[in-house]
Amino acid sequence: MYSQFVDTGSDGQKGGQDASEQERAFQARIDEGISIEPKDWMPEKYRKTLVRQISQHAHSEIVGMLPEGNWITRAPSLRRKLILLAKVQDEAGHGLYLYSAAETLGASRDDLLDALHDGRAKYSSIFNYPTLTWADIGAIGWLVDGAAIMNQVPLCRCSYGPYARAMVRVCKEESFHQRQGYELLLEMVNGTEEQKAMAQDALNRWWWPSLMMFGPADGDSVHTQQSMAWKIKRHTNDELRQRFIDQTVPQAHYLGLSIPDPDLRWNEETGHYEIGEIDWDEFWNVVNGNGPCNRERLAARRTAYEDGAWVREAARAHAEKRQKRRAAA
Amino acid sequence: MNTREQQQFEYLLRLGDSDLILGQRLSAWLGHAPVLEEEMATGNVALDLVGQARSWLSLAGELEAQGRDADRLAYFRDAFDYRNVLITERPNGDYAYTIMRQFLFDAYHYPLLQQLSGSAHEGIREVAAKSVKEVEYHVRRSSEWVIRMGDGTQESHQRIQAALDDLWMYTGEMLTPDDVDDALLEAGVGADLEQVAWSWHDRVRAVTEEATLTLPDESWMQQGGKQGRHTEHLGYILAEMQHLPRSYPDARW
Ligand SMILES: [Fe+2]
Ligand SMILES: [Fe+2]
Repeated sequence: MYSQFVDTGSDGQKGGQDASEQERAFQARIDEGISIEPKDWMPEKYRKTLVRQISQHAHSEIVGMLPEGNWITRAPSLRRKLILLAKVQDEAGHGLYLYSAAETLGASRDDLLDALHDGRAKYSSIFNYPTLTWADIGAIGWLVDGAAIMNQVPLCRCSYGPYARAMVRVCKEESFHQRQGYELLLEMVNGTEEQKAMAQDALNRWWWPSLMMFGPADGDSVHTQQSMAWKIKRHTNDELRQRFIDQTVPQAHYLGLSIPDPDLRWNEETGHYEIGEIDWDEFWNVVNGNGPCNRERLAARRTAYEDGAWVREAARAHAEKRQKRRAAA
Repeated sequence: MNTREQQQFEYLLRLGDSDLILGQRLSAWLGHAPVLEEEMATGNVALDLVGQARSWLSLAGELEAQGRDADRLAYFRDAFDYRNVLITERPNGDYAYTIMRQFLFDAYHYPLLQQLSGSAHEGIREVAAKSVKEVEYHVRRSSEWVIRMGDGTQESHQRIQAALDDLWMYTGEMLTPDDVDDALLEAGVGADLEQVAWSWHDRVRAVTEEATLTLPDESWMQQGGKQGRHTEHLGYILAEMQHLPRSYPDARW
């Protein structure tokens, strides 16, 4: 998912006696499934948590443009170039919806971007891995957009109205991206030996980082309970991860690719796949800035923002001049 | 192909290659644009141009009837077989340079497509009629940005003026007819570049005036793109763009 660890500002769920009358009414409303809108009263922690979650998600969309964007100029056919261009452009659109949703909670886009640029805000760890061959573009669509959908479809029913509505639009496009990614790989595995090797290599590199996208294991995820009560998270990390695995393993088999996990096995009794140990050490390192591309990604975003400052300034200055002229006329 | 078909083929390559190379240049901005809305807008224009390129090159391939489709033409021709106008291969530079390059091209592209929408050639007419709607937006957008930058801050004014000065010598080629342009005009298939030039000058004058920019004195104009003599940049563009299909010629993607 694109928001892997959102701090709720609380250690656990608050209810019953400590909660104020207003908070109880708020929770009751959520329990009834009535959506919260920008003008409604909401606990400060709910608002802050949502801003954190939505902005992490928005940042992920924007940073996520980089690993794929760098293949647009190298796409091997005009059709693929168009598909990838449209996809990366969609991700910019997702960022835009999400920043707008965060703005309904009183956050400003500039402040959120500042937090991204100076390293205070997080974005999905997955985008700190490099795209090394064309097959990676397929793997990202299939696995990364696939994992994002797994997380985001339930959020279409989350308690905060603007976020839920943004998710509805986003999910439609993400499922498109996933199909296109899978189709790209299907073409490759039916192609030359070199193409098959590229596809397998891509799966080898992207499999584990994709599983890490769902965030820490439930036992290590302290904020899940509060977020679930607020219905801004509808399933635990491990639940979603398991669903993703169960869905994806057969898809890999259909491609004729093998999952890079010697411990992977099908459990007849539970009806689920079981996987080997996730390398949480790697996960935390990537989260904390030591992934293969963390520095480059952040530097690229910072450079774009700083180099663009004069452009934004010019647009502002021109708009002001216009307004003044109109007022004078 | 007889001479007439050869000329039409050349003409279609010029249309397709200019779109493709400019689309290729623009697409390098994705992820790096000054503001999120511009990621979207640049992506839109790049999408339109690559899409149009695909249509023009398909027509070229059909006309040639040698089994080359749009991809074959895009990925397996070297620089000397490319027919894009030189301005499209200029590097992105800063955002002012990208915007000015776009504006100077759009101001030509739009009246060109308007004319081609009345071409005697059915395929050209159809592609032009579809594309002209897209390019109407391109030219509106790039004009607005030229005005914003020119009449924005001191810095933006300097940057966009510098871009105009630098790109000016690549504008003449678009507006100057050669034998191919003349032959196609005569056949009722191609555009009248004299009229395109009128429209171009009108727009460029009006927009730069509103943008408080100074038009460079008419000076020496670079030529050659339409005949396959390019700048050093095109080789790098093609090396990057064509790398995969050429490295794996048996592969389908
Ligand atoms: Fe997205
Ligand atoms: Fe996506």
